[in-house]
Amino acid sequence: MTALIEIERLTKRFGAFTAVDDVSFTVARGEVLGFLGPNGAGKSTTMRMLAGFMTPTAGTARICGQDVVDRPVAAKRQLGFLPEGAPTYPEMTVTGFLAFTGRARGYRGGELADRVAHAMALTQLEGVRLQPVETLSKGFKRRVGLAAALLHDPPVLVLDEPTDGLDPNQKHEVRNLIRAMAPEKAIVISTHILEEVAAICTRAVVIAKGRVVADETPAALAARGPSLDAVFRALTLGADPMPEAA
Amino acid sequence: MGGALTVARRELAGYFATPVAYVFIVIFLVMAGALTFTVGNFFARGQADLQPFFSFVPWLFLFLVPALTMRLWAEERRLGTIELLLTLPVAQWQAVVGKFLAAWAFCAIALALTFPLVVTVNALGRPDNGVIAAGYLGCLLVAGAFLAIGAAISALTKNQVIAFVLAVAACFLFTSAGSPVVTEFLSKRLPVLAEIARAVSVTERLSGFSRGVVQARDLVFFASLIGFFLFANTVAVDQRKAD
Repeated sequence: MTALIEIERLTKRFGAFTAVDDVSFTVARGEVLGFLGPNGAGKSTTMRMLAGFMTPTAGTARICGQDVVDRPVAAKRQLGFLPEGAPTYPEMTVTGFLAFTGRARGYRGGELADRVAHAMALTQLEGVRLQPVETLSKGFKRRVGLAAALLHDPPVLVLDEPTDGLDPNQKHEVRNLIRAMAPEKAIVISTHILEEVAAICTRAVVIAKGRVVADETPAALAARGPSLDAVFRALTLGADPMPEAA
Repeated sequence: MGGALTVARRELAGYFATPVAYVFIVIFLVMAGALTFTVGNFFARGQADLQPFFSFVPWLFLFLVPALTMRLWAEERRLGTIELLLTLPVAQWQAVVGKFLAAWAFCAIALALTFPLVVTVNALGRPDNGVIAAGYLGCLLVAGAFLAIGAAISALTKNQVIAFVLAVAACFLFTSAGSPVVTEFLSKRLPVLAEIARAVSVTERLSGFSRGVVQARDLVFFASLIGFFLFANTVAVDQRKAD
């Protein structure tokens, strides 16, 4: 197995506050890594550094062997990134927005149109293709962001809360989509929905106060206590996972 | 450069997708026309040229250009799209140059729409159209300089009002530096500073263009002013993008 994502002792400090503290892990092709943690644990900061948006205070990350600090543009070519909240330009139409991201990735003419059409088909956006993004519901907006991340069929996907704001049917569709793409790619998704981890992830990394506190399969993680919920609370709050057993 | 042009294309389309473009162009045209014909004494002067128009352009740009640039980076921050833009495989300088080129092209469109003035002056007399072309070139360079200054300031702050006020203040320095009030005051007390003030004044440079004199040193002045502030803009984006 080749590691498509390598995170090496990644650290980010904001003044005296350490948001991400010495985080290391690798993700191989075929893995779907669930990145878990309470709000403010450093999930988004880690993903932003991985995507080359934030510069690490120390350490580095590589995407397909390309260092995100030294070779940012080469690393970004291999990456599909859905930022937190799936930001899009509100006045652009869905097609216009996807065509912009496609053009920024170097596609032109017929190939660009094919890529945009394919990304819209994957995320079921054809019905709203000519609508300005600002008129869409939250779930549609998120799918527009997802379509932009998938447009160039990247080997590495980093998705920050891809199912946040989706209804149960849409969640199901996005999970199916991720599962279908999984064998070909290395995928990192951040979430605080624990059932999602059990449903689609092959591995779970739990982060609390900027540090990795667990890195194992969802099944092994669940086996640590009565439920995944209890284990999560224990890991992130430092409580006992089996209070009744004590 | 392809990345910069992709960004520029999106930005320029963005101006016309919102009322920003129409408000800007209409106000610019109304003010430019009104000032030229009233305060500028276009008819009473009895000369077939656009001197009065060219002399008002920097003062109009002084307020209108910062209104364009204040949102350039502040808006991307507010919407969170800066995270999207800077994680596309586009270098940061390309994003900076792309935004600048779009705003510059937009100012060029606004200037081009003042063509009825050129038509009027040609109908009334026999102006030297070469001089008029040089004047327009000068106006475009002034717009470029103000845009570069405003965009760099916009990258430094999240707050659009602060970006606007600081950009107006900075552009005012470059506009007023060559005015008689400033240079006379300085030449009486600090003659060295008076020379510097005249040298950095965009109005002083523009008056050369509007008389039809296109000098290499003026072109170098504008090119280096724009280049410096675009560089500062790239540094500011890199430092402040994630704040």
